[in-house]
Amino acid sequence: MEEVRKLSRRDLLRQSVALGTVFVMGTGFIAAPNAAWAVEVKHLKPQTMATLIQMARDIYPHDHVGDEYYAKAVKGYDSADAMAGVEAGVEALDAVAAGRGYGNYLSIGWERDRVDILRSMEQSPFFQQIRGGLIVGLYNQEAVWPMFGYEGESFSKGGYINRGFNDINWV
Amino acid sequence: MAKFDMNDDNVVVIIGTGAGGGVLANELAQKGVKVVAFEAGGRHLPEDYVNDEWGSFAQISWLDTRTTSGNFRLAKDFSGLPSWIVKAVGGSTIHWAGASLRFQEHEWKARTTYGDVQGASLLDWPIDGEELAPYYSKAEEKLRVTRTGDREGLPGNNNYKVFEAGAKKLGYKDVHTGRMAINSRDYDDYAACQQTGFCFQGCKWGAKWSSAYHDIPLGEATGNLEVRENAQALKIEHDDTGKVTGVLYADKDGNQHLQKARIVCVAGNSVESPRLLLNSASNMFPDGLANSSGQVGRNYMRHMTGSVYAVFDQPVRMWRGTTMAGIITDESRHDPSRGFVGGYEMETLSIGLPFMAAFLDPGSWGREFATALDSYENMAGMWLVGEDMPQETNRITLNHDIKDQHGLPTPNVHFDDHPNDVAMRNHAYQQGMAIYDAMGATRAFPTPPYPSTHNMGTNRMSEKPRDGVVNRWGQSHDVKNLFVSDGSQFTTGAAENPTLTIVALAIRQADRIASEMSKGNI
Repeated sequence: MEEVRKLSRRDLLRQSVALGTVFVMGTGFIAAPNAAWAVEVKHLKPQTMATLIQMARDIYPHDHVGDEYYAKAVKGYDSADAMAGVEAGVEALDAVAAGRGYGNYLSIGWERDRVDILRSMEQSPFFQQIRGGLIVGLYNQEAVWPMFGYEGESFSKGGYINRGFNDINWV
Repeated sequence: MAKFDMNDDNVVVIIGTGAGGGVLANELAQKGVKVVAFEAGGRHLPEDYVNDEWGSFAQISWLDTRTTSGNFRLAKDFSGLPSWIVKAVGGSTIHWAGASLRFQEHEWKARTTYGDVQGASLLDWPIDGEELAPYYSKAEEKLRVTRTGDREGLPGNNNYKVFEAGAKKLGYKDVHTGRMAINSRDYDDYAACQQTGFCFQGCKWGAKWSSAYHDIPLGEATGNLEVRENAQALKIEHDDTGKVTGVLYADKDGNQHLQKARIVCVAGNSVESPRLLLNSASNMFPDGLANSSGQVGRNYMRHMTGSVYAVFDQPVRMWRGTTMAGIITDESRHDPSRGFVGGYEMETLSIGLPFMAAFLDPGSWGREFATALDSYENMAGMWLVGEDMPQETNRITLNHDIKDQHGLPTPNVHFDDHPNDVAMRNHAYQQGMAIYDAMGATRAFPTPPYPSTHNMGTNRMSEKPRDGVVNRWGQSHDVKNLFVSDGSQFTTGAAENPTLTIVALAIRQADRIASEMSKGNI
């Protein structure tokens, strides 16, 4: 997705607020702390997008998959149609966090404490919308497949007849 | 290619072009019978198929609206997708894995063998294995089934090697790379299997048999078969003597036409076939066509299914090679000492990462789920498929509240697991996990059923008209020029993957229809 772009470190120096594992920049972008990627946010509040990315990681936590891919997976919610529902959903999430004495969802340090909150709202349409969307949004990104060892398309390479269909060596 | 007039009332109209309809169309065309075959989908051939699970799903799946009810888990996880079939010329023979097994002798007599199972509507088939044997042989030749005739088996892939070694450690005896409708050598038209994987997405080599690129073009080449694509059958018409006279259908633009017919054969898979008969209700047949018994839509079977995936401390790379690469048949026997009647097959299976995310444990999330996928490369997998109990209340009905794009009621699929299905599934899970435990699995996952690929029994075959919908030839008990030609005519489901039996029945039915036509009986 081209909205997820590379960013120079100099751009990052203009960032404003750090939230969770991503930075929310002042200009409608959120970015990785190491400047590896950034997402432009056109409709949602940048904090909302940052919360969605953290929520996505908490739902399907793969420590070897970078935030960039979670950002791509939820980027589709940054639309005029989805905006109201997602803002309301994140607001509700933050309200639960506040009720438990946290500033907001993103400010919670331990994954288990965030997951406790998600469990409490697991049946909500908002949670199910985000979780369901990730199944295709996250796992159908070709770029993440190699991180799981999955090789994808093989016809163009002649299948595996000469490329290890039976190369297992420990059986 | 043949083109028949809408008013030609001498043609046989076949609805559906899959294992039943596609084979029947070719077999009749070879005998000189004029056939118009309706296919609701378009034509997709090997060059069109994609090695991409969701891309292929969007390309070929039957995604028309359906609803679900009942206690089976699909009603919760995939309420809009109770069955996983194909809408394209060739039907679900594009998607199938290729396993081609004959029924066991006792499975033709399920009522006699299993006795009176409470809550089940078991019935013996009006035919048996001896009667079908010559047609099974013809079907195996047509499909080039490995390990039948002089055909060799396929080589085993990584997933199979884990499965086979574990099976032997458990003492299983009948373990091999299966009887598969996949070329184990090069043929003039299509090459041998290249171990590409993606069998479910349509074989791009054409190495797996499909009516899409075998029977259909062969039938068309005779000049006796016209395939009308993107043609959705809406209603079967009849005259006041009760004989069917034609089929009302919608073309790709939604315009409706009536194709006249001498004979109509329904082969739209076990959800659409009863739906069409129910939607063909008239003043003469108020409960639906061919439904004086009230059995149309009932006794829906989907096989007892489930999967076991397991993680090892070293890579398996199960996706490499044939999707269904081997079988253990030891548990397919009838042995009530296991706590259930009937039996099940264990067959290797792999799905890619995108489908694994969707199907391993639908609805699950968090670190327990994510770490399972983290080990995807080290996973092996198998599918468990066994005989499920027919139940009168498991049925396809019309949902009058939700209409399709043509204004017709959509099908509702109701299914409750029978206690026998549950007991068999639990046994199969235990045995599947034991196989992988024996190979040193570090985690195992008893994975719930996928949307149903094996749909059977909703227009079942019966000796007595009151017990079913069609007779021993697949011919309606009520309407003599109306036939059912797909898996919906199954009296019971047996443990085996149904395609070979559907094909054998279609070859046999073609003989019968041609013979009855020449005698002037229909």
